[in-house]
Amino acid sequence: MREFLDMNGYGTYVWSAYGIAIGGLVLSVYLARRQLRLARDEARRRLAMQEVS
Amino acid sequence: MNWVWFHRFGSPPYFYRMAGRWAPWFLALAALLLPVGLYGGLAVAPTDYYQSDVFRIIYVHVPTAYLSVMTYTWMALAAAVALIWRIKVCHAIAAACAPAGAMFTAVALATGMIWGQPTWGTYWAWDPRIISELFVLFFFLGYIALRGAIEDRDRADRSSAVLAVVGVVNVPIVHYSVDWWNSLHQGPTLMRADGPAMPMSMAWPLLVMLASYTFFFVAIMLMRARAEVLRRERGGAWLREELARLGAAT
Repeated sequence: MREFLDMNGYGTYVWSAYGIAIGGLVLSVYLARRQLRLARDEARRRLAMQEVS
Repeated sequence: MNWVWFHRFGSPPYFYRMAGRWAPWFLALAALLLPVGLYGGLAVAPTDYYQSDVFRIIYVHVPTAYLSVMTYTWMALAAAVALIWRIKVCHAIAAACAPAGAMFTAVALATGMIWGQPTWGTYWAWDPRIISELFVLFFFLGYIALRGAIEDRDRADRSSAVLAVVGVVNVPIVHYSVDWWNSLHQGPTLMRADGPAMPMSMAWPLLVMLASYTFFFVAIMLMRARAEVLRRERGGAWLREELARLGAAT
């Protein structure tokens, strides 16, 4: 296990690169879902405003 | 030739529902392939003779760099279609590409820097491949900033679409930079005329990672395009219906 993590001495480079790559994916999916939720809330408010006026 | 299907995609309610149906499948497929590709790249692929284990960065660097350029191409294509045929859904699709594209480009540059230090002896070099890729990042960020700066949505759509189309000149430059100029960056490994320059045991995790990243992109793009379609909708019975259905479900 230690040998696997060490990556022949390149562990820091390999793991930080993979960390950034996966972090970028997770963040992108999270932000996209958040945008969709915000847009829905906004549309709901807009429709409610139209009903009032 | 039946063009009905094409026009249907231009209809916001149809696109919104279709995108909603497909996005979870693409996301599930991407999430399923990701651990397979990671396991293959980190544990199964043999250690490289020249670069030792640091070559494993290829499995995250190449897919993000590839997706960076593909996302830009797709964004410019959607923007061009939106400008020429005035299809609003295409403006929504173009706008949905930029944040994912900026992420892919930033990750490609960052992983490239991390790979450069042990192999080239430097994090950064003013190299044609790196500079052209940096310009792709600037175009994505400029596109996002321009949209944010213009209040009127129709004007923001048109101006940013022009910027996206102009920036597409970068795409062939990124691709051919390693052939046209003397570059520190190595040439293509996978997509060569004479076949991949790596054994299958090294190539399959790369193909799986490429597929996973592509599916992630499609899922993210569809989710963001749905949000953009909602923001463009003024009233509309379908929207009321859709939100009511959603409200009942939660």
